[in-house]
Amino acid sequence: MSILVIAEHNNAELNAATLNTVAAAQAIGGDIDVLVAGAGCAAVADAAAKVAGVNKVLLADNAAYANLLPENVSLLIAELGKGYSHILAPASTNGKNYLPRVAALLDVDQISEITAVESADTFKRPIYAGNAIATVQSSAAIKVITVRATGFDAVAAEGGSASVEAVASAHDAGTSSFVGEELAKSDRPELAGAKIVISGGRGMQNGDNFEMLYKVADKLGAAVGASRAAVDAGFVPNDMQVGQTGKIVAPQLYVAVGISGAIQHLAGMKDSKVIVAINKDEEAPIFQVADYGLVADLFEAVPELEGKL
Amino acid sequence: MKVLVAVKRVVDYNVKVRVKADNSGVDLANVKMSMNPFCEIAVEEAVRLKEKGVATEIVAVTVGPTAAQEQLRTALALGADRAVLVESADELSSLAIAKALKAVVDKEQPQLVILGKQAIDSDNNQTGQMLAALSGYAQGTFASEVAVDGDSVKVTREIDGGLQTVALKLPAIVTTDLRLNEPRYASLPNIMKAKKKPLETLKPEDLGVSTASTVSTLKVEAPAARSAGIKVKSVDELVDKLKNEAKVI
Repeated sequence: MSILVIAEHNNAELNAATLNTVAAAQAIGGDIDVLVAGAGCAAVADAAAKVAGVNKVLLADNAAYANLLPENVSLLIAELGKGYSHILAPASTNGKNYLPRVAALLDVDQISEITAVESADTFKRPIYAGNAIATVQSSAAIKVITVRATGFDAVAAEGGSASVEAVASAHDAGTSSFVGEELAKSDRPELAGAKIVISGGRGMQNGDNFEMLYKVADKLGAAVGASRAAVDAGFVPNDMQVGQTGKIVAPQLYVAVGISGAIQHLAGMKDSKVIVAINKDEEAPIFQVADYGLVADLFEAVPELEGKL
Repeated sequence: MKVLVAVKRVVDYNVKVRVKADNSGVDLANVKMSMNPFCEIAVEEAVRLKEKGVATEIVAVTVGPTAAQEQLRTALALGADRAVLVESADELSSLAIAKALKAVVDKEQPQLVILGKQAIDSDNNQTGQMLAALSGYAQGTFASEVAVDGDSVKVTREIDGGLQTVALKLPAIVTTDLRLNEPRYASLPNIMKAKKKPLETLKPEDLGVSTASTVSTLKVEAPAARSAGIKVKSVDELVDKLKNEAKVI
């Protein structure tokens, strides 16, 4: 078997979700090649070559792939992927964007967001917002799969010595163009990969009050997230949303502040190792999944917590 | 321009689903079914485009069982002009549904197709992208803003790091994210009017579409339950537990 893993990156750095995806590829077993598609992304290919367990890195460095526009990059992946038994990509907003296109071009079904590998053709994936886990089997000649990073422990970023091979083919479908992006700037760790996450909900009352959480986060080296209610209320931007339709996180410690615990939110964080809930409503469903619950007014408890860390 | 909106009949988002005792799936007997929430947002966006004078006709389409007519009637009550049901009793894969939708696109020739980004039952997040690939169209997935401008559409997308804007040549595919709009409720007069709007029923065979799938579900299980822990009485106790018991800080 041979597996093609599509690297997640920003043309400068390899995103950690790639390491979890390589881990899923190792669980399947076989030679693992990594495709780095982008523009001016040679440094990413060098980083990918060092990842433990990687056989070969394919570098497709072309202006057409600059922003991973799915119309262009899917043509590249479908062309290269024909030689593999499996094509894996992280279930990031990029992977979710281009990979179903690849599957359709190859005329195979895609298996989305696997959380476990049972065998080379059988996988587990959550359905109904994680309220059920399906075991699915694929008979496709090429298995096209997105990988939920939290389901697999990352492989080592160092220790490998794969060769880097340039891929010449340039596909430009000519149907789409990149206009711009507004990326959140933060010195804190990324939500998806953080060891500690502290999230606020509707109970925070407004965006300014999130400052309290930022202070705690900075003491703990944590990322800050939010519930859908907090995002919908306009307290914080959407890229902070943890939940079924936002980011899926599974840190060592998840602290939910002023979050009631809607199913939608639980779907995004219930695989965290330790969950702490701070909420003044002792009936809040979040307490049913929390390892440690503190029934308290968050406006008193959070500053006190910050002071005691 | 003509806008095609694809919708899906799914278990209502308020229902807490249960896995069947024989692990063959989830129990959908006597469970409330509704239009997938992301599809409601797709219908709303199409209706707003019509209200702005950008869209001239809205065609709602679904691929599903006979009962999915209910969701098409809902789309008609919300403002779609007519509806197409591609009837299939079997549960189809995203690829099979995309192929059926592609056949409808070929027939209807819409300039814009709007779909929900994912269905809340299978959580696949595939159909719009697959339809785009099969049609050779550009795609704007996870949209939080859609602006049609001449022969192109600008789509602002919710991505991991923030927001991204792309320009797509029409015809194009858009899939909706939560913050694109807030869907309206259908008024009673509009629900009554919707009953008289045209609803065409087709079979996948009529469209020459294969519904074969390469994926089979072996079993469906309940997730490992997470049990409630303890209540701590103070911040001091919490910090102590996290340091000395859980050892996570």
